[in-house]
Amino acid sequence: MSAPASTTAAVRMTYREACKQAIRAAILADPRVFLMGEDVARYGGCYAVTKGLATELGEERIRDTPLSENGFVGAGIGAAIAGLRPIVEIMTVNFSLLALDQIVNSAATISHMSGGQFAVPLVIRMATGGGLQLAAQHSHSLEGLYAHIPGLRVLTPATVEDARHMLQPAIEDPNPVLIFEHVMLYNREGELDPSVTGVDIVSAKIRRPGRDVTLVAYGGMLFKTLEAAALLQVEGIEAEVIDLRVLRPLDMPTILGSVRRTRRVVIVDEGWRSGSLSAEIAARIAEEAFFELDAPIRRVCSREVPIPYAAHLEKAALPQAATIAATARTLVKGG
Amino acid sequence: MTEKVHLDHAHLRHLLTAMLRIRRFEEKCFELYQSEKIRGFMHLYDGEEAVSVGVIEALRPEDAIVATYREHGQALARGIGMNALMAELYGKQEGCCRGRGGSMHVFDRATRFYGGNAIVGGGLPLAVGSALGDKILGRNAITACFFGDGAVDEGSFHESMNLAALWKLPVLFVCENNLYAMGMALERAEAETRIAVKAAAYRVASEAVDGMNVVAVEVAAKRAIDEIRRASEPFLLECRTYRFRAHSMFDAQLYRSKAEIETWRAKDPVMQLRSWLEQTGLLHADEIDHIEGEIAAEVDAAVAFAEAGTWEPVEDLERFTTMDRVPQ
Repeated sequence: MSAPASTTAAVRMTYREACKQAIRAAILADPRVFLMGEDVARYGGCYAVTKGLATELGEERIRDTPLSENGFVGAGIGAAIAGLRPIVEIMTVNFSLLALDQIVNSAATISHMSGGQFAVPLVIRMATGGGLQLAAQHSHSLEGLYAHIPGLRVLTPATVEDARHMLQPAIEDPNPVLIFEHVMLYNREGELDPSVTGVDIVSAKIRRPGRDVTLVAYGGMLFKTLEAAALLQVEGIEAEVIDLRVLRPLDMPTILGSVRRTRRVVIVDEGWRSGSLSAEIAARIAEEAFFELDAPIRRVCSREVPIPYAAHLEKAALPQAATIAATARTLVKGG
Repeated sequence: MTEKVHLDHAHLRHLLTAMLRIRRFEEKCFELYQSEKIRGFMHLYDGEEAVSVGVIEALRPEDAIVATYREHGQALARGIGMNALMAELYGKQEGCCRGRGGSMHVFDRATRFYGGNAIVGGGLPLAVGSALGDKILGRNAITACFFGDGAVDEGSFHESMNLAALWKLPVLFVCENNLYAMGMALERAEAETRIAVKAAAYRVASEAVDGMNVVAVEVAAKRAIDEIRRASEPFLLECRTYRFRAHSMFDAQLYRSKAEIETWRAKDPVMQLRSWLEQTGLLHADEIDHIEGEIAAEVDAAVAFAEAGTWEPVEDLERFTTMDRVPQ
């Protein structure tokens, strides 16, 4: 059965609007769902994601919290165990370190530690990444740190479609799910196909097919990587771009399937190289597909510095499309 | 409506029995630790029994509990079976957490027992959330949150007191002030050592009570819970108590004197109640012997149960790291 054309026309909207629609829909769909965090209600959200929602849904469902990250994240865990489906917003991943104890020592452990008596159906959303000249305490990409922790699911919606649809399955997941929204994506516009009513929170997706080299990216890096692929295409190099979407658990079949076809891989990670998610992916490719590679695994990561304020320094610290393209070019054409 | 504490024979017998069960259970745990049946960290409650027994006596079945790593007392007082608890300490899959939690992480779905938390102060935010959940879901339940004086040093204590007060949540914060955070004496850790006084900073009602007197604790807890239900606000109950034994099984107790321990031993909550009951004739020695006999049999049965328990297959190691569904 096909729906009328008028309802299937793609809608153009910002990533921010997609996040907002996802929150509104989730709260309207289930009385157990509510959102709490710093300045989410009257201020409208630090990145304006929840602007207007408190007026529409009430301050019980869009709940302002004091600046007590460890306290309100822990409260989210307790409320989830007590039967609610909280969405906790942490302003940025940097502030989530104040709640690291509750996330790592409680949210991630309680189901296992209790022998399966309790689950923690909690969603924690937070902004991540650099590019806004916010310097070293507001710009880091620490999602890889959370991807280290058993018991957590870690999502990085990059597209408007994922921003709109990843939240609902995250809420339905019986386990704690962390959603990282890259700050450079909020203003980005994309097409939302109304016929798509849901997405999975399991698989990586090939965003651009190609035969010569696999570029693995996620979150804010996806679009820089697609940009790099476009640069390479001009030179006759067809790069395949994988959007990880889920950092834990990793969808290795999709990554390995691509690498086995292209025989070359560059992993792009806004996190630092040392002990990073990119290191994990590289190790797994080496473990599983070493003899199918035609070239060494390469990585493009942030430089090993706290992200600086000055625009030129910040740009130099973060992975850029030109660097990604140059790295891939060397792999394909030889250094 | 205040539920009066009836100091009749049946109730006092029950209080004594509840404290003796914890005492004798843990004496056995100590032996079992020496014989290496129990391993890991184990923190005994010896001397503090009146706190958990008195407070939990004031709770209703629908209420929730968040406790600490020194929670054998709360677990037994709340009604978690001695068999399941002992098997947990053995690490057997018949244990309440299938041997995954051990002494420091006792959980029990049936009694809303939300751990067993080995991060000092880690349980307080969870208690806030539990009470928030109950409030939003319209349950007429409170959450009793036990923590030690060490947790008062942590930011989570202050964040949680404020959140509970701000959101008018039914949390009974129970500080088991035993004067030491491991080896750190309260007066060396806190500028203001009267913990109950701190509640004023959060506009939380509070009271300090003799934590060595089970009846006093029960009366204070009932009064606090009446106030929580009446005002729909949290309450901080500071129970002044003392742990007779070491912090854990690895503690030479260099930080306190034997004389100090002996001074507190004279206030032993179990002996206090027992002497008073015998002196007043409310409970005769032969009846106490009878209770002791029943408890000894229960402890023996728990040890037998744990001994006969089985090891979870290693193949199931990763089970429950993530869940397929939310248990109902």
